[in-house]
Amino acid sequence: MQYSPELEQRFQKLVTQYPWKRSALIPMLLYAQDEVGYLSDEVVADIATRIDLTELEVRNVISYYSLLRTKPAGKYVVQVCTNISCMVRGAEELFDHCKQRLGLDHKQVTRDGTFSLEEVECIGACSWAPAVQVNYDFHLDVTPQKMDKILEGYGKNSPQ
Amino acid sequence: MKTLYTPTPLVSHPDEVRVISKRFGQGAQDIDRYIQLDGYRAARKALDMHPDDIINEVKASGLRGRGGAGFATGMKWSFIPKQSESPKYILINGDESEPATCKDRLICEYDPHSVIEGVIIAGLAVGAKTGFIYLRGEYRYLLEIMEKAVADAYAKGFLGKNIFSGGREFNILTHTGAGAYEVGEESALMESLEGKRGLPRLKPPFPAIKGLYGGPTVINNVETIATVPPIILNGGKWYVAFGPNEKNGGTRLTCLTGNFNKPGVYELPLGYPIKKMIYDVGGGIPNGRNLKALVPGGSSTFLLTREEAESATMDYDWFAKRGEFMGSGGVVAIDDQTCMVKMALRIMKFYQHESCGWCIPCREGTDWLKKTLARFHEGGGVHKDIDQMLYLSNNMAGRTFCALGDAAAFPTISIIKKWRQEFEDHLDGKSCPFEKRASREMALA
Repeated sequence: MQYSPELEQRFQKLVTQYPWKRSALIPMLLYAQDEVGYLSDEVVADIATRIDLTELEVRNVISYYSLLRTKPAGKYVVQVCTNISCMVRGAEELFDHCKQRLGLDHKQVTRDGTFSLEEVECIGACSWAPAVQVNYDFHLDVTPQKMDKILEGYGKNSPQ
Repeated sequence: MKTLYTPTPLVSHPDEVRVISKRFGQGAQDIDRYIQLDGYRAARKALDMHPDDIINEVKASGLRGRGGAGFATGMKWSFIPKQSESPKYILINGDESEPATCKDRLICEYDPHSVIEGVIIAGLAVGAKTGFIYLRGEYRYLLEIMEKAVADAYAKGFLGKNIFSGGREFNILTHTGAGAYEVGEESALMESLEGKRGLPRLKPPFPAIKGLYGGPTVINNVETIATVPPIILNGGKWYVAFGPNEKNGGTRLTCLTGNFNKPGVYELPLGYPIKKMIYDVGGGIPNGRNLKALVPGGSSTFLLTREEAESATMDYDWFAKRGEFMGSGGVVAIDDQTCMVKMALRIMKFYQHESCGWCIPCREGTDWLKKTLARFHEGGGVHKDIDQMLYLSNNMAGRTFCALGDAAAFPTISIIKKWRQEFEDHLDGKSCPFEKRASREMALA
């Protein structure tokens, strides 16, 4: 498996810095996913070898964590929080707006692979609700109008 | 992948007492600025103190765990054995996931060194040489801020083999999670840091005896540990005096969320009247509506009616006397146009999604409650459902491995008991009085 030199360097550090090697597993999976887009069979096999686990053990961990995925997602994963603080400030309407605008349902990907959409649980931005996260970027106090601009912004810098 | 950083908005109110938030917006991410603003003085002071004196100072401060459980911090530290064959650890819980809670975010964003300094002091107090700062996976930008802060502290010699040239060693590692509410439970947090599924451990042994990597471990919330440096610097007595009494000392970050005119994170002294918090600090309820319900401290707490909220004070005792909990500081104002059946459903949807599935009362209980509430809200409920849901919730509470079962049961019990009429109003083919489309599907599967 070929990663970027930066990720390779990060992996080297991660596998040696903890008292137990296995502690590196979750960060390694997340960083690999950031680069590759998802946890492909190749990535799973590679990470398992690096920290002396079976592929099954690695998959067992992947299935527990909501950020980890074994299928490709859009280049920009639009995550709309609808938990209570966001819900009472219009998050469900915002999520419905995103669905219409992107023509997607929960966990679907646009045909060109630019966007995917998810309704997510609390992302810890409750005082600035409704909140949306696109990949790791937070967008606070989002309205449908603001959402359109946000999506436009990402759409623009996404040459396929 | 580049992370976009836009500073999180800050608010202020004259009644605030700024202990933890005093450096917010002051550029304290920069280590030199942090030092200018009294930074790392407490760690230097602790280096010359006897470990027992550090613990006693924290005990005197009355500081209690700000993650939600409210356990006395000094007491927790004192449980760590003096002698131990396996290494001891400090583990900071930054898996901030309790709905309505968004305070640790601000500490990590605006004052990351206060967390590092707190960890060093905890390490000196219990004789640990390694600390871990675990941040939830969604908080990538905070992880980047924290990583830089840790690197800067190493560069200054505040971390490493010979901290502050005082002949002691202390190291800090930052760590990212990957999305899981359950990992905020302390034993699940250790499992996750060890690279496993975040399942809670059987207790005893408690983490203080056998925790991370089998060693004695102190686990503290981000806000709790960030409160330690000012306590060491100014004394426990100084801190405790901000609150009404010794068991309710100090201040806490209060996250006003939901239907407030002025939502935001405010640092209020313990014992602050909730009525004033709602109408003065939070600016009251928008759109000319009235308050119907208040979530006092994260969605795991018993909800308060308007009357209860207006006579309450924000301290551990007011809630404890009622057999309830103050929780995590995440307050949600719910206005009179919100359906409480829907509220119960959304809360249960969350716990059903986050239940790790390890023990049956929680795994099955949350699932059946969610299904029943969804059917009920859609107009397919029958009279006996109401008591059935209470029965299920009561049987889940106190019968699970960790507190997630309780967390799902408590708000449900309080909503059904206090707003039973709203449940009755959904019966006999009547549609939801609040929502035209009561049948909105929830995507989260």
